[in-house]
Amino acid sequence: MRLIFITLLALVIAAAVGLGSTWMTTTKGTELGTLTIGAWTARPRTGTADVDPYSRATITRNGELPIGTGDGVAFTATRDDRKKPLDGRCDIVVSGVTPAARFWTLTLYDSKGHLVANSLQRYGFTSQEIVRGADGSFEIRIASRSRSGNWLPTGGIERYALMLRLYDTPVGVATRTQRDAPMPAIATVGCP
Amino acid sequence: MIRLAFTIIAGVLLGAIVHLVSVLALPRIASQDAYSRLTPSTKLNAVTQLPAADPSYTMMPYMDPAFAVAVCRYDLSNGPIKLTVPVSQAYTSVSFYTRNDVAYYAINDRSAGKKVIELDLMTEAQHNALPEDEEVTSADRLIIDSPTSTGLIVMKALAPEPGLMAQAQATLAASSCKVQVDQPAKQAEAPPPVNEPPPLRPSRR
Repeated sequence: MRLIFITLLALVIAAAVGLGSTWMTTTKGTELGTLTIGAWTARPRTGTADVDPYSRATITRNGELPIGTGDGVAFTATRDDRKKPLDGRCDIVVSGVTPAARFWTLTLYDSKGHLVANSLQRYGFTSQEIVRGADGSFEIRIASRSRSGNWLPTGGIERYALMLRLYDTPVGVATRTQRDAPMPAIATVGCP
Repeated sequence: MIRLAFTIIAGVLLGAIVHLVSVLALPRIASQDAYSRLTPSTKLNAVTQLPAADPSYTMMPYMDPAFAVAVCRYDLSNGPIKLTVPVSQAYTSVSFYTRNDVAYYAINDRSAGKKVIELDLMTEAQHNALPEDEEVTSADRLIIDSPTSTGLIVMKALAPEPGLMAQAQATLAASSCKVQVDQPAKQAEAPPPVNEPPPLRPSRR
């Protein structure tokens, strides 16, 4: 009797620990093979055949199509440079320069990876549409109400993610630091 | 007491094994991966354009709204696939995914270096079965080995401004993805086998 109870308890713990940790790692992601520059994180290996098992599990679970290495690389940010989560009700400024690439796009997604509806039908910017300063740097204002210049509407949602995709770029598996890939700064400049 | 501690330790150890097995097995058992999501709305061995990404499009997460996207869901068991994608003005790329969503190859218009991206996709066995003399002339022929016999080819054309989206979509509409039915080698002088079947999964070398 006691043996059965103990075996059952061990199995229950095993199932809880095993499946719980799998769920955690596939929803939250792991640090395996990540490249972090400022507030931005990329997983260049997800675009190759030697993708790590955790990223693979996450990708199939979400049904994503990861960007291939010969195509480009995708950087994600869910927090600003001071680690404050990106809030759609605040004014957030993305400014600076981007790494060398033929084209880049910056897109705003909700926490499930869907685009956010807005009356302008603007979901992001491409490197070609952006208004730049004389020195080639740019400033994108992300806010729920309209702003002058490069305004990206948030639709007032609470949490969102920014994705900066570089196409045809030398940035990839070999990139390590800000010097190889100067990423734009993200700052929260005001909350109502 | 000791017995309880042992139980917990054994449970945690077993749990670690469960964790590893489930992470490794997930790509195989996931029913909502990109291939499965695209299966109902795409044709096999043909190009299907996906609708432009907008907030109502929730089939796949994290799609880039600046791109026109077309998909060819392929099955190589009837022979290799020939893919041609005309290059759009801004930026065009072709990415290859296995049945389980692994991006095993991607190429863009600049590395292809031509006005049209032309590729032959085949399994390793089909590649090995190619006649030797054909390898010589393969310099202008890009051959990609697919690790799985089914998978996805994703063609993307950038619309740098929203107004250029129609143009990008038109470029992709001109692309083609077809099974090469006739093996190009010497079909003229060897009529007897009516249609020499392509090597159907020969036992691995």
